[in-house]
Amino acid sequence: METETNQIYQVDVGNLLAFNPNHRFTSAPSSRDELGKECITKGTELVQAIANTLFNFPSTETNDGPIVQLPPPTTKLPREKHLPRPKPPTKWEEFALKKGIQKRKKDKVVWDEQTDQFKRRHGYDRVNDDNDVPIIEAKATDEPGEDPFAKRLDEKKKRVGKQEKNRLQNLRTAAKAGALPSHIQLAATALPISGTKAQPKKIGKEDLGDVAGFAATSTASGGKFDKKLPGEKPPKKQGKHHKYLPVVGTSGVVNPEKEQTDKVLSKIFSKHSHEILNVGKAINMYNVKKEKKKSGRSDKSGRSDKLKPKKDITKKPANKAK
Amino acid sequence: MNEIRTPKTGKAKRVLEKRAPKLVETGKKTLILHGTKTSATVSSFLMELYRLKKGGAIKYSRRNENIRPFEAGGETSLEFFSQKTDCSIFVYGSHTKKRPDNLVLGRMYDHQVYDLIEVGIENFKSLLSFSYDKKIAPHEGSKPFICFTGEGFENVQELKQLKEVLTDLFRGEVVDNLNLTGVDRAYVCSAISPDKVFLTHCALKLKKSGTIVPRIELVEVGPSMDLVIRRNRLPNESLKKEAMRTSKDNPKKKVKNVVQDAVLGKQGKIYVPDQKIEEMQLVDKSKGLKRERKEAKLKQKEEAEETASKKNKVSA
Repeated sequence: METETNQIYQVDVGNLLAFNPNHRFTSAPSSRDELGKECITKGTELVQAIANTLFNFPSTETNDGPIVQLPPPTTKLPREKHLPRPKPPTKWEEFALKKGIQKRKKDKVVWDEQTDQFKRRHGYDRVNDDNDVPIIEAKATDEPGEDPFAKRLDEKKKRVGKQEKNRLQNLRTAAKAGALPSHIQLAATALPISGTKAQPKKIGKEDLGDVAGFAATSTASGGKFDKKLPGEKPPKKQGKHHKYLPVVGTSGVVNPEKEQTDKVLSKIFSKHSHEILNVGKAINMYNVKKEKKKSGRSDKSGRSDKLKPKKDITKKPANKAK
Repeated sequence: MNEIRTPKTGKAKRVLEKRAPKLVETGKKTLILHGTKTSATVSSFLMELYRLKKGGAIKYSRRNENIRPFEAGGETSLEFFSQKTDCSIFVYGSHTKKRPDNLVLGRMYDHQVYDLIEVGIENFKSLLSFSYDKKIAPHEGSKPFICFTGEGFENVQELKQLKEVLTDLFRGEVVDNLNLTGVDRAYVCSAISPDKVFLTHCALKLKKSGTIVPRIELVEVGPSMDLVIRRNRLPNESLKKEAMRTSKDNPKKKVKNVVQDAVLGKQGKIYVPDQKIEEMQLVDKSKGLKRERKEAKLKQKEEAEETASKKNKVSA
């Protein structure tokens, strides 16, 4: 919308919002009344601009008054909750997809063969009710003492239990994906039923143990004298772990320590030792160590480190034996 | 103990579904609360804000000592309240020596604090101190016009954030259809300096002009104050990206009673309600008879003319 002074307002009719970015209020503090009046005149211009577009929309007359279709708002504002996440397919849905099974709409009323009439599918007086069967014929495979009616009830209970288990499993996968239906809550979390609480991440046993270890060793005495709770395991060994092989061999292994060192030696003396051991690097390291020792001894003469120029460790020593 | 808990009443189920995340969101509810100490200005402002936002606001009247929005741990209470009342905007008022007449406006995303802005109230004039003609008083819950003036709202980051928060706070529900007789309020915000905003609430007077568009006049009715920006906290980028995400496709509306048939094409079912013949009104005889009589008369006239013309023909 352009006004006489050639200013353009940013109008968002969907929100009934208008913004005039071009006005600058006088930095000199005029009296409060004047300031108020100026703000209101500016506001009036903006509202007039919105109303100009608003009242020109096609309106439908109703009992309450003219109603206009507002366009969707253009200013982007953040959502208050996350977008609803797609539900992962249940096990049956995956199976149906794979086999190409289509959903068929079932009628509420079904024809009953026994009593020649239409009976409802579920509920009171239903078709094929399990309780209504008067006689169950004995088959060759039946044992004599078994009650077939009780057996039927048991099988039904099992089927219901299996279905409940499957339903729980489906809900668990949905909860993992964050798509649990809003009215259902799984009893694992102890929080009240709510619409949107995100599934809290479960901490594993090892992570908890680690954290407990950190907390314990951060005390002044390294956690050695802390009172142990009943059932708390002793802390895992902190620090470096070094495995020393036994010198005298157990059954089978002759001398494990000897074998370890033999292995290393054989590698060094083998034909392809130059591929395993970088001789040049080894000599460099040896030389550096020697020089450090030498410089260390001369250092003890009394000079402080601060006056001495700092040694650049990235530079290689002068004499390099090839 | 069943592992799956479902609500036992239909009402409970409906409440939970209302609070679930939706594709297209309806208006945000506002939570109004105050801290350990409030001054007269702050408490009257909170009360008036609650009145302005009557349909979509919840006001807590007790003091809350452990809410400190800008500190790391002080937000847990706010998040709990937000979850309990399903509110995504909160207005927290307090008064200390260091920060007199303080207001913290904040928004939540998934019941976690998204962004905060702290303002101080100055030169507060309450609803009651304005005198105006009661006939133009704005109705409760009407959709307001919101106006921002001043280049500060574009250049200064804090003012930009304040503009967004005020829009969110005042706009109410997003509606498709608007009744033009029902627009009667406007919020006017002007950036008078890079850290001060003059906010006032006005009623609209629609006057006749030559065209369909009425001439609008603003009359100050409601609270007016100066907001001085103090602290703020912007949302972190990843959260902002996630919150600004919208799904492009509209929710598919289920069309009932329409069936697509391969052979016959699109078919619809029309349900005709039962006609209660005993209770139906009889036809108004008098008018019908009048019309019939008229028609009968006309017909007779035509016949008479025809016969007359025939006779003439025969005779001639």
